[in-house]
Amino acid sequence: MLSKPSPFARHRLLESYQPAPGVADELFDAQGNMRPVWRPFVERFLSLEPEEIPRRFERGDQYLRDAGVYYRRYSNDVLAEREWPLSHIPVILHEREWAGICEGLAQRADLLEAVMADLYGPGRLVSDGHLPPELIAGNRHWLRPMVGVPPRGGHYLHFLAFEIGRSPDGTWFVLGDRAQAPSGAGFALENRMATGRIFPERFPRDRIHKLAGFFTEFRNALEDLSGQGRERPARAAILTPGPASDGYYEHTYIARYLGLPLLEGEDLLVENGQAMVRTIEGPQPLGALWRRMDAGFMDPLALSPHSQIGTPGMMEAVRLGNIAMVNALGAGVLETRALMAFLPHISRVLHGQPLKMPNIATWWCGAARERAHVRAHADQMMIGPAMAVDLPFDLDATTALGGAFRGVARSSIAQWLEAEGGQLVGQEAVTLSTTPAWQDAPGGGSLQPRPMTVRVFAARTPQGWRFMKGGYARIGPQGDATALSMQSGGAVADVWVVSDRAVPPLTMAPDSARGFRRRSPGTLPARAADNLYWLGRYIERCEDAVRLIRAYHLRLAATGSIDEKRLRRLAQFLDDVGIDVSEPVPSGLIARLDAARICASKVRDRFSTDGWLALQDLAKTAREMTETARPGDDTARAMGVLLRKITGFTGLVHENMYRFAGWRFLSVGRALERSAATASLLIRFCDETAPEGALDLVVEVGDSVITHQRRYRVATSPETVLDLLVLDADNPRAILFLINDLKANLEALPNAESAGRPGPILRALLPLRTELMVAEPRSVTPEFLARLRTQLFQLSDLISDQYMR
Amino acid sequence: MLYEVKLRLTYSYDSPTDHARNLLRLLPSDIAGTQVVRARLLTFDPAPSERYESVDFFGTALTSAAWHRPIAEISVQMTAQVERKTAPPTFDFSRQLSDLPGELAAQHSLEPASPHHFLAASGRAGPDPEMTAFARDQLRPGMTVYEAITAVGKALFAQMSFDAQATDVNTPAAEAFAKRHGVCQDFSHIMISALRGIGVPAGYVSGFLRTYPPPGQPRLEGADAMHAWVRAWAGAEMGWVEFDPTNNQSAGEDYITVGYGRDYDDVPPLRGAMRGAGGQESAQAVDVIPQA
Repeated sequence: MLSKPSPFARHRLLESYQPAPGVADELFDAQGNMRPVWRPFVERFLSLEPEEIPRRFERGDQYLRDAGVYYRRYSNDVLAEREWPLSHIPVILHEREWAGICEGLAQRADLLEAVMADLYGPGRLVSDGHLPPELIAGNRHWLRPMVGVPPRGGHYLHFLAFEIGRSPDGTWFVLGDRAQAPSGAGFALENRMATGRIFPERFPRDRIHKLAGFFTEFRNALEDLSGQGRERPARAAILTPGPASDGYYEHTYIARYLGLPLLEGEDLLVENGQAMVRTIEGPQPLGALWRRMDAGFMDPLALSPHSQIGTPGMMEAVRLGNIAMVNALGAGVLETRALMAFLPHISRVLHGQPLKMPNIATWWCGAARERAHVRAHADQMMIGPAMAVDLPFDLDATTALGGAFRGVARSSIAQWLEAEGGQLVGQEAVTLSTTPAWQDAPGGGSLQPRPMTVRVFAARTPQGWRFMKGGYARIGPQGDATALSMQSGGAVADVWVVSDRAVPPLTMAPDSARGFRRRSPGTLPARAADNLYWLGRYIERCEDAVRLIRAYHLRLAATGSIDEKRLRRLAQFLDDVGIDVSEPVPSGLIARLDAARICASKVRDRFSTDGWLALQDLAKTAREMTETARPGDDTARAMGVLLRKITGFTGLVHENMYRFAGWRFLSVGRALERSAATASLLIRFCDETAPEGALDLVVEVGDSVITHQRRYRVATSPETVLDLLVLDADNPRAILFLINDLKANLEALPNAESAGRPGPILRALLPLRTELMVAEPRSVTPEFLARLRTQLFQLSDLISDQYMR
Repeated sequence: MLYEVKLRLTYSYDSPTDHARNLLRLLPSDIAGTQVVRARLLTFDPAPSERYESVDFFGTALTSAAWHRPIAEISVQMTAQVERKTAPPTFDFSRQLSDLPGELAAQHSLEPASPHHFLAASGRAGPDPEMTAFARDQLRPGMTVYEAITAVGKALFAQMSFDAQATDVNTPAAEAFAKRHGVCQDFSHIMISALRGIGVPAGYVSGFLRTYPPPGQPRLEGADAMHAWVRAWAGAEMGWVEFDPTNNQSAGEDYITVGYGRDYDDVPPLRGAMRGAGGQESAQAVDVIPQA
């Protein structure tokens, strides 16, 4: 319906771009003229060589893969991840239009704060008849323990998101408010990074507003909130439901980006009404929590008793005003869909002004007049649960659309409305605007109009609400431009807010009032220490198993018989630790890799993306090998591959990880595991009954063949082997070396000593070390080794007791 | 009637727990016109590292106690002197059940006593098709709200068997109803769900009940347990009425109230969390001793 096609419309990539009638389009106005704000970008894009476009898109996708960006639905499988569905073409809005959007949303944010303050305060909206009581009293997101509890810092809401769409007449409206734990800000950053790889040109990039300023202001606001009115410093942190939640990647990303610790409920405890972080130095006070967890889960005692991820006593810390929550517990009630029916009126009641930006027209079916309206206009309605907090286009949020039930058999809409009126809400089946998205096709792709909504983020600062200059857009599938089409997911895109002239770069000069602040890494949470320690142990366990399996298959290839004495002993040794060598890549090995990966997944914010990807790659390779590896030489070679990949991971960690306490726990875990494994191996293969060749096997598994040749220039004997693998202070695989390494790391941990004397951990370690330093190979008997191993496990318990509680 | 109420709870853990925190709702409070608490005391052994007293949304006294050191066992002792006023004879001045929606619509309040809190499904009690059908079967045309409440309670008493072995504290009401067996908690949740299903706001009452030894026998010490019954809203004028479906009677002089909630989850006598491995065991002993 382009009455006056613009010159661009004739371009090959745009010739089939046909916005549907009655739908606003972002790229073209109603007369078919390209909107000026898009022009520089489109000109540039259309000038690209056809083969350049997929290359550029691939650069963006590659960035996302390298960065490890993924998302997931809640699932029991902690490790199930999906690729991030980036739509490569940004949505472009002019800064003037954006300013109008932000003005409307700032008013709305203030209104939501006022509604919140009333619902958890005097309750006048209900008692004065502006809100039906059942919408609040029957709402599971209205948290009774919060009634009458003023928020620390004076405000309930600090970080909000709004899902907005554009009407056919070009104006914007709100589809939903996100107040519980708004997600997506981190994804907006990642989209921006990826889109920057696709369109790296200085122009139009220099006219795009940056996102970083928003985050700086929000982080400063969080720190002010956490510190204000306190004598002792208290930190701010981010709280995540953990690796099983769909937003976990984003939580780790945003925590790293903002330099805030990422905590889980287990990391916290409440003592004397104060929320604390369990750290390796004991509990440390927490001042503010940016929670990415629904409030109901925050405290299994005072809130949902079924929560497995909360912190007992947290509600008490809140009630006593000792911690600021972003946002206050109970803010989820503001997301109730039926509330949209009342907000336009409430805005007049509370603030004496109409909403600057309307929200999606909504009718609560508990009132007879509204119910009648919804019934009469059912063909233009989305009808769904009144108390739902999903967005209108989320799955299951709409039961009936356009007068017909979706997927459920019911008698009639009219009867349904009559029977369940108060539980239902009708919302106008809105039409969204369309924006260009890339459509691949065999003969070359093209740009096609797709429906979209934009998520806008707001943060409270001392200067008022600040908005991210940009956001992220959801892009629906082609065709249907009703809001509902968004539920099939589709893609996400970067949102560019552009100026007519170059945007001044963000000054990185420190805010003079704040001065330069080097953010210390902070004290390591005890749970992170625990996971890093066990990651070290599991990785070492994997390496140990891989070496043993390789040794087994090398000998199998040489002898061709599994009945050979050494092989039988090795098979038995492995069987004792749950590894069945009759499978070339034993499930016991896969289980060890998964254990390592689960530990790593819980501390992803603490080591590099490369390290994580190396570990993912390792596990993937091992799994693939289970299908292909044949016993003997083939498996020996496969194990060689795994061994190099493990070393790749440990190398990345060792070379690149900052030497903070977390690295030490990882190293301690490895050294301890390796010492114990070496002791176990020697007990079984370095005694008098050991079959011939057993000593060579030990030296091989201990990766010390060359060293042995150099140092002793004789064949292996029990003395040379024990000397090299137990008593040698220079062989990184010898127990004494490992004990020295343990000592260095344990001494560097906090509270290793008390009052100038070694603490319990060092007291247990030092005699061990002395004993090894003075021992002769002949005194290293299996009994000696068994005792050593027991003492190492006791040491492990002491480490857990002191640092990981 | 004046009572001395004594309760002793012990919790022992398989292995000493690192941090333990408990929320307790055991102390009776004053209730205008019904109940006067002359004295009340809650003590712990070992003494907690911290303790706070507060009142929850529905007005129940709430004690929070935490131990920051490893403990193997906690024993809780509650004693209270409570005067329970003589209940006046109940006159039914509630309106017809069919008038109740209109009465409800006229209530614009989120106050703790507002009936609106008690109509929607809560975690453990809510309209359920089976229980709603059961409640409907008890209704006769023209019944008042109060008659309906009593009819549902009496019918439950008639059809349900008290059976301490059939269910535990976590059994869903629907399962107890299907078996027609349960304890006071199940009876109450079923009655609440049934009443909500026919549009009558209903909630859970936690408290103590005076029990009578068999004729000629002495009262056994510590033989009682905490009790639960139901309160339901019989309209603006008559307000809340209490009925005990386990014993087929209105909750009168023999009943001492600790607190109200939408269901058990709002008023559990004890909710605890501990850090540490292993299970736990608990024992409860209650005495309700009438004072001369």
